[in-house]
Amino acid sequence: MDNINDMPKKNPLSFQLDLKDFEKATDDEKAQQVRMSESITFFKDGMRRLRKNKIAMTCLVVLIIIALVVAFVPMIYPYTYEQQLGVAQGKRIDKTYNNLKPFEYGETELKRMENGEKIFPHIFGTDSAGRDYAVRVIYGARISLIVGFFAAIIVLIIGVIYGSISGYFGGKVDLFMMRLVDIIYSLPDMLMIILLAVVLKEVLSPKIEGTALAKVGTDMLSIFIVFALLYWVGMARLVRGQILSIKQNEYVLAARSIGASPWGIIKKHLLPNSMSVIIISTALQIPSAIFTESFLSFIGLGVSIPMPSLGSLASDALSGIYSYPYRLVIPALFIWLIVLSFNLLGDGLRDAFDPKLKK
Amino acid sequence: MDSKLALYIIKRLALSVVTIFLIITITFFVMHSIPGGPFLKEKSPSAAVTKALEEKYGLDKPLSEQYLTYLKGVLKFDFGPSIKQRGRDVTTVIKKGFEVSAKLGGAAALIAISLGLILGSMAAVFHNKLVDKIIMFISTAMVAMPSFIVATLLLLVLCVMLRIFPANGNEPGGLILPIVSLSLYPMSYITRLTRSSMLDVLGQDYIRTARAKGVKPSKVLFKHALRNAVTPVITYAGPMIAYIVTGSLVVEKIFAVPGLGKEFVSSIINRDYTMIMGTTIFLAALIIIMMLISDILYKVFDPRIQFG
Repeated sequence: MDNINDMPKKNPLSFQLDLKDFEKATDDEKAQQVRMSESITFFKDGMRRLRKNKIAMTCLVVLIIIALVVAFVPMIYPYTYEQQLGVAQGKRIDKTYNNLKPFEYGETELKRMENGEKIFPHIFGTDSAGRDYAVRVIYGARISLIVGFFAAIIVLIIGVIYGSISGYFGGKVDLFMMRLVDIIYSLPDMLMIILLAVVLKEVLSPKIEGTALAKVGTDMLSIFIVFALLYWVGMARLVRGQILSIKQNEYVLAARSIGASPWGIIKKHLLPNSMSVIIISTALQIPSAIFTESFLSFIGLGVSIPMPSLGSLASDALSGIYSYPYRLVIPALFIWLIVLSFNLLGDGLRDAFDPKLKK
Repeated sequence: MDSKLALYIIKRLALSVVTIFLIITITFFVMHSIPGGPFLKEKSPSAAVTKALEEKYGLDKPLSEQYLTYLKGVLKFDFGPSIKQRGRDVTTVIKKGFEVSAKLGGAAALIAISLGLILGSMAAVFHNKLVDKIIMFISTAMVAMPSFIVATLLLLVLCVMLRIFPANGNEPGGLILPIVSLSLYPMSYITRLTRSSMLDVLGQDYIRTARAKGVKPSKVLFKHALRNAVTPVITYAGPMIAYIVTGSLVVEKIFAVPGLGKEFVSSIINRDYTMIMGTTIFLAALIIIMMLISDILYKVFDPRIQFG
């Protein structure tokens, strides 16, 4: 208590605080104020919480494995998705290759094996046209994942731009832009997709013939077009809501008062602060796009033959369900696994990044 | 308050009318952008149908006039003749198919709502117990399964392997599996919704008060808690109908149920353009009306909600 005397004396008439009521901090206490750990950004904090979530991390690992498999295995696989094994130039079609059960071989392959050659087994057998089923499933999963990612990116770009403009400018601009969103939002999306897929197949296919787009196929293009036309509204609504609340903050006023441009403010202040919502929503957009693609393929509007997708593989398997049930189960299982993993990962991201749920 | 509600209903109604009108317009013009028009593609239909179509739509007239004629027809619930099925008009096909599909969809919706509410409440009451975990595990797995996968797997296991149910929707008992496969996804979704809102409600003060007063536990659950937890489920009713409508497309195809969904899918495969147009408009209007009803019910049920 000896340091009390160091304090300056108080003028009895002033309203100043009486400094004698206070003590100087000791060295020990000062040491407690030193920051022991690095400060954690919002993103790092979220990632740390995500890493603790076992279910979400398992799903992430599963998805990464699937992504690696579909990206690289077709390159090194001895068969391709369109190669009919029984068909060779100048020879009659070898029907023994059609509808092979798993780990069975065609006639010529058996002969070659007798001669001591090693032949890569048909893990899931072959389909009715003699194509290796395993590579078709892998390729189908690749198509499904590509559709999911691209659709999500399209939605992300359009939704974020539209939503941030509407939210930032507010007033009449917002009113008009949001009415449009309301109307698009109330259109039944699946029926519109079917309608557009039917029409685009007729309209686009002659136009894109021979170009790189023809390989993508009109049905995949129509899925992308529909996502670009209809699916962004959910994202736009979400972003607008975020921007509306964030732009009330003082730092936005400060930025505006020193003459920052609207686009600069949106880019620097508003979007980074709504990033968590955008990430979560994008992660949940992917499974919904995969759902849509497999649904379309199943009702016969999917990717163009001979390209497989998980939905079209399941659809094709339906006719042979009595003899070859595994051909249905395998693609079905893959769709389920991919969609489930994305759903659970999205849930995990929400728990990790949504500050409202922070415990 | 009441005038506000009335205003909201009028606003919502106006939006729905605009949307339905928009759908008719989009459907008409999009289908007409197909080269050669929707009616005269590939193998031209029989002479009689061509003549009827030309008379009906005045195909020689400008597009805007054709549009008005089609619009007038739609308002009178007349979608014109089918171009692939001779002698049938689209309206009769829709009516006949919808009778079957409505039964299927209605039963699926009923099962989804009732079982979903029960399972969701159970999961909330036994929060973090084994029952809760089992229910949540199954419903999470189910939400990741598209209807056609559920339907094909059910077909595979129960009809093909175990032969418990008939695989054809026309046989007695044949509608059970289509109904089950349509209701599983919405049921799981409602279960999850009910569980989270029930957990929210069960933590409220008035539930504790009711319990402290000595109200029977079952009465607390059903009268005090469930009634307040049910509102999010009402908002899901609209999307659920949309899901069941699109789901019925594949489920009816898989189980060979002679409903509207099967007609729609086969009209897509056959490129029966008038059928596609008529069915799209009909189903879209159905979904929009259901959305409207569920939105209005939501506001009526929960007076705390602000009117926007």
